[in-house]
Amino acid sequence: MKKVPLYAMAHARSGDKGDASNVGVIAYDDRAFAILQMQLTAESVKDHFGDLVAGEVERYEMPNLKALNFILHDSLGGGGSASLKTDAQGKTHGMAMLRLLIEVPDDYAPPEKMVAPDGELPCAW
Amino acid sequence: MPAPRVVRIANGQGFWGDSVDAPVRLVEGGPLDFLTLDYLAEVTMSILQKLRRRDPSQGYATDFVDLIRRILPQLRAKNIRVLANAGGVNPAGCRQALLQVAREAGAKGLKIGTVTGDDIFDRLDALIEAGAPLKNMDDGRPLSEIRDRVLSANVYISSFPAAEAFRQGAQIVVTGRSTDPGLVVSPLLATYGWGQDAWDLLAAGTVAGHIIECGAQCTGGNFSRWWEVDGWDHLGYPIVEVAADGTFVVTKHEGTGGLVTVDTVAEQLLYEMGDPKRYVTPDCVADFTSIRLRQDGKDRVAVHGIQGSPATDSYKVSISYLEGYKAVGELTVSGPDAVAKAGVSAQALWGRLKRAGFDFRETLTELVGLDATHGSIPPPTHVNEVVLRVGVKDPDRAKVDRFGKELAPLVTSGPPGVTGFAGGRPKATEMLGYWPALIPKHLVNPVVEVEEV
Repeated sequence: MKKVPLYAMAHARSGDKGDASNVGVIAYDDRAFAILQMQLTAESVKDHFGDLVAGEVERYEMPNLKALNFILHDSLGGGGSASLKTDAQGKTHGMAMLRLLIEVPDDYAPPEKMVAPDGELPCAW
Repeated sequence: MPAPRVVRIANGQGFWGDSVDAPVRLVEGGPLDFLTLDYLAEVTMSILQKLRRRDPSQGYATDFVDLIRRILPQLRAKNIRVLANAGGVNPAGCRQALLQVAREAGAKGLKIGTVTGDDIFDRLDALIEAGAPLKNMDDGRPLSEIRDRVLSANVYISSFPAAEAFRQGAQIVVTGRSTDPGLVVSPLLATYGWGQDAWDLLAAGTVAGHIIECGAQCTGGNFSRWWEVDGWDHLGYPIVEVAADGTFVVTKHEGTGGLVTVDTVAEQLLYEMGDPKRYVTPDCVADFTSIRLRQDGKDRVAVHGIQGSPATDSYKVSISYLEGYKAVGELTVSGPDAVAKAGVSAQALWGRLKRAGFDFRETLTELVGLDATHGSIPPPTHVNEVVLRVGVKDPDRAKVDRFGKELAPLVTSGPPGVTGFAGGRPKATEMLGYWPALIPKHLVNPVVEVEEV
């Protein structure tokens, strides 16, 4: 087994609802989705975000989009106008999610579009 | 055989403050039937309410009136209809301003419609008496806890009244607090006459609206694989081409920047999503797990399969109230040892305030460049400089102002290499709380008015 950043297996979008943010994670292919269904749990996400998320994490599956949706409760310091945080709306939580490390079989290769000509991932994560 | 008929609906504004040129480029850039614009966020209503209290003719999105002044001749020439929630807390005032612009432009015969009835600020006590307790949806607290601090109260009304305004011949329709996806549903209702119980169709329109309501967020904006996006300086804003059976294609005008792919659309579908099986609007409950996406050529994504279920018997109410005061200030700390020195500076600041006898309901210390957005998720190991960002919240305005006076001294009485104090002392600003609630539908009566120039 080896570890790859979630970034190599999925893309993401985050937004806000009051003092909660949501992070949608969309797997690039069926194999990645199957791995994420197992490993990307409410607990592993709560663990990854640490102090950023004061409340619970809820998780929903959307197999039609190979997607998982997470609600991160009490993660915005009050939310909207009532927050002091730089990111009062969870705009950056999607990118934070993609830094999570996922355990994959040794023969797992990221989708072609995620690999630069030099064989590396296109961003430093 | 003629091509199947579709109605083309664009979004040229994802929020008040979005690109002022995007709607103009949409009108100029190719065929359109409807241009929709979203100006309202939850906080916006309370700001507009305050403006109206100061001047009864204000309280709407003035940017929209400026935009119409720019594009009215083209709207008339191309017969493009416009729907915007620019009315804020004063749709009638917005209509009067638009009528004035239309008269100046000699647009005789132009009809402008408004939808009102969403603003329940003046009716709150009567509504509570009539059996709408307006308890906080999230935690069940009674409204009485904040009643005397309420700044605005608006109902998210359904998409049918705005459709009625179009049916009465309006070319421009202005609403108050309608839903964001409803900006697309209303034109579809006006075009196709879908019924109040056509749940799958209403859900399809809602999904189409959800995809384009944030402007460029489905055409390359905010896209995870940002390096694939070309033409950031002329990013195309989204268009949906919707057929009478509720299937639709997401696209953008040719020659614009950005991209529309299954991936860009899927990301936007997940934006601000809660339970995907129950996306509740005043019109219906849409099931986002039923959505099917298919690439249908360059910059075209076909969407189908959408299922909906019956609407609930209540509307959502968005109430804002004064929660207290806040202030935030920043200092830049250079290396070497930027992080350590920023830490010492923060300790000095909070320690001095404590010695002076001040504590606050809540404080914040962030190091921008290190942990402000991603917290303890492993940051870069070396940073050349950080911005120390500190803030407080408190019900006492004077205390919050006092905090603002403690920043500048750190430049000369803290560790070396601290700078960036140019903006003056941070001042206390009002902190607005958000109070979501439900109200039985029968207590709300939207009013449609159409006026001709």
